[in-house]
Amino acid sequence: MTSVRTRPATVRRAAHQAPRRRSPRWTALAFLTPLVLYLIAFYAYPLYRNIDLSVHDYTPRAFVQGDPEFTGLDNYVNILSDDTFLRALSNTALFTLGSIAVQYALGLALAVFFHRHFRLSVALRAMFLVPWLLPLIVSASTWSWMLNSENGIVNAALQAFGIGQINWLTSPDTSLLAVTIANIWLGIPFNLVILYAGLQTISADLYEAAGLDGANAWQRFWRITFPLLRPVSAITLLLGLIYTLKVVDIIWIMTKGGPADASTTLAIWSYREAFGTGQPDFSPAAAVGNLLILIAFAAGLVHVRLQRREERG
Amino acid sequence: MNRPSMSTRAAFFGTAVLALSALSACASAPQGGATPTAAGSAGKSYTWWDPYPQHDASSAWAKRVNTCGQQAGVTIERTAYDTTALTNQALLAGQEGNAPDVILLDNPAVSTLADAGMLTTMSDVPGSGTMSDFGLDTARFDKNLIAAGELDGKTYGIPIGANTLALYYNKKILDDAGVDPASIKDWASLNAALKKVKAAGKKPITFSAIGTEEGSFQFLPWFWGAGAQLTRLDSPEAVAALDLWTSWVKDGTAPNSVISNSQNTTWEEFLTGEFAFAENGTWQINSAEKAGFPTGIVQIPGKDGGVAPTPTGGEFITVPVQKDTGRYSATKKILECMTTPEGLVETGTTFAYYIPSTADGRQAILAKEPDLKPWVEAVQSAKGRTSDNLGTKYPKISEAMWTAVQKALSGAATSADALKEAQAQAKQATGG
Repeated sequence: MTSVRTRPATVRRAAHQAPRRRSPRWTALAFLTPLVLYLIAFYAYPLYRNIDLSVHDYTPRAFVQGDPEFTGLDNYVNILSDDTFLRALSNTALFTLGSIAVQYALGLALAVFFHRHFRLSVALRAMFLVPWLLPLIVSASTWSWMLNSENGIVNAALQAFGIGQINWLTSPDTSLLAVTIANIWLGIPFNLVILYAGLQTISADLYEAAGLDGANAWQRFWRITFPLLRPVSAITLLLGLIYTLKVVDIIWIMTKGGPADASTTLAIWSYREAFGTGQPDFSPAAAVGNLLILIAFAAGLVHVRLQRREERG
Repeated sequence: MNRPSMSTRAAFFGTAVLALSALSACASAPQGGATPTAAGSAGKSYTWWDPYPQHDASSAWAKRVNTCGQQAGVTIERTAYDTTALTNQALLAGQEGNAPDVILLDNPAVSTLADAGMLTTMSDVPGSGTMSDFGLDTARFDKNLIAAGELDGKTYGIPIGANTLALYYNKKILDDAGVDPASIKDWASLNAALKKVKAAGKKPITFSAIGTEEGSFQFLPWFWGAGAQLTRLDSPEAVAALDLWTSWVKDGTAPNSVISNSQNTTWEEFLTGEFAFAENGTWQINSAEKAGFPTGIVQIPGKDGGVAPTPTGGEFITVPVQKDTGRYSATKKILECMTTPEGLVETGTTFAYYIPSTADGRQAILAKEPDLKPWVEAVQSAKGRTSDNLGTKYPKISEAMWTAVQKALSGAATSADALKEAQAQAKQATGG
C-alpha cells in the first residue's frame, strides 16, 4: 500500500528536480520505516522477549541482575507435566467453546430479531450494547455481587422458586459455569453487531422470492440467512475464539481462578504465575502465554484453510 | 567509589550541598544553573515509592513524607502504587537500573527484593559496616517485627509500624446471646460462643479465605495457633486448623462466601451488624468506632489456650541500591526522621493505627491512645510471615497453603488431602 501511495509523489518530484536514480526506492523505504519500526517495537520485540523469557529461568533475582540461566524447553516440560495443565486446558476449552457457541447463537437470534425493523428496535438494540460500554471491572464486580452465595440477587430469585442456595463462585462445580455465563453476557453485543451488519448485505429480493415460493420463516432462515451469512459467521467465531482464549480480567475479578483451580484457564494460570502471587515467576508465565498464542494461531490457520477451500469450491 | 562521575552527577543536579564543591568546580559547575530538574536550589530531588494510593498529595501522610525530605535538605517526589503493583514496578526499575531512593514495601516483599540484590544492606553505605552505622540502631526495633526484613543475617529494611489480626466482636449480639468475650480462651470456648450466637439466630463469624495472600494471612493465626509450622503444611496440627475453618463453613457457622471474600468484603459483612465475630486487622479501628453498634476485640485464641501468634502486616522502609552512592547520606536522614519515637507515633496515627515498632514508640502511642492496649499486645505476640529464615520461600509456601484452604472449604478435597498436596507443591516449588 505504501509504495502505491509514494509513487505519484516521487514522480512529481522527479519532474521538478534533477532526477536522482535511487530516490524512488529510498523514498519508499523512508515511508516504510515508521511502519517497520512500529512493528518491531510493538510486535516483534515483545514476541521475541516472551520467547526469551520462556526459555530462561527468570527468578526475580535473575530478572534484576539480567543473568538468567538458559534452560531450553524445561519451562515447557514443567508446565506440560504440571497437574494444573490438564485442568487449565480443559477449563479453557469449556470456557471458550461454551462462551462462543452460546454468544453466537444468542447474537444471531437477536440479529435476526432486530432485522425486522419494528418500532423501538433501534432503542432496544442500543440497550443490548450496554455490556460493551461498561468497563470490565464494573461488570465483573456486579456479576460477582449478583452471584454471591448468601446475599446475591440470583440466589434470592432462585430461592423464591424453592431452589436452594447455589454457591456459584465458591463451589468447584459451578465456578467455571458462573464465569462462563458472565462472559457470554459480555460477548453478545459483539456477535449481535457483526451479524446484524452481515444481515444487511443479504438482498431482500431473496426473501421475497422465497416467500412467493411458499417458504416459511424457518426455511427462509436455514436456506437463505444462515448459508449466506457463513463468511461473516466464520470471522465472528474466529474473533470470538481469540478474544475468549485470552480472557483474564473477568475471571480474575470474579473467582481468581478458584476455588482451588476450578475456574483456572490457561490465561489465568499465566497471569497468576506472573502477577498473582507474592513472587513473580515470569518464565513459566511466558511459557503458558506462548502456548496460548500457538492455540490461537492454529485456530487462525484452520480459518484460512477453510476459507480457501470455500473459495475454490 | 567513582569520584569523577559522582561530581558530574552532582553538578548535573545543580547542587553543591555535599563537600564536593572543589571537584565540581573543575567538572562543569557553570552548567549547574541550567539543570533540567525542578528541584532548583532547594536541594536534590529524591524519589519515594509507597503502597498508599489512598493518601493523595494533600494528605497528612504526604505532608509527613515531605517534612522528612525537607529536614534532610532534599525534595521528595512521592509515587504511590497498589501493593502488588509496587513489587513488580520495583523489579522493573531494578532491571532498568533506575530504582527510587526509598521504597516502602509490604513486608513479605522485602526478602524477594533483597534476594534480587536490589536493596542495600545499609552496610553498602560508605564507611559503614553494619546497620547501626547507618545511624539507625536496629536493636531498637522489636525482634519479631524486624525479622521480616532480615535475610541470611543481614537487615534490609526497617518496619515503620506494624499491624496484625484479631477478632472484632459485635457487643450487642454477644450480650443478647449471653456470651462473655472474656470467656474465649481456646478453640473449644470459641466454638461454644459461636454455638450460642447461632442459637440466638445471628450469624456467628466471618473471615477471608480468598485465593490470594490475604487468604493465607487470615489463616495463619489458626495455623500457628494449632502449633503448625510453615515448613510442614501437612502436619496433624495444620489439619486441625483447616478442619476448624472447614467445619465452620460446612455447618453454616461461617458463610460460604468466605471462600471468595477479601478482607474488605469481610469487614463490610461485619458492618451490616449481622455477624458476631469478624477476623480483621488494626487498620479497621476507626471504622469499628463508627459502626452502628458497640464493638470490641479479643485476641485470636490458640488451639489449647493462650494467644495465637498472628502474622505481622505493615510496611518496611527500604533503600534500593543506587549507582550514585553519594545519595545515601540524605536517604539516611530521611530514614532517621521516619523512625524516631515521635515519628513512629505520627505514622501510627496518620495511618489509622499502625502500632510503632519500637518500645519507646509503643509507650508513646499508649500514652496518647490507651485504648490501643490490646492491639499493642497483639503486635508484640505477632510473627513475621517470612521469619524463621523462610525469606523468598514464603510466597511459594503461601500459595500452596491458600490453595489447600480453598480446596478444603469448597469441598473439593478433605483438609488432610488438600494439605498433603500443598506440602508436595510447596516442597517442589521451594526446591527442598
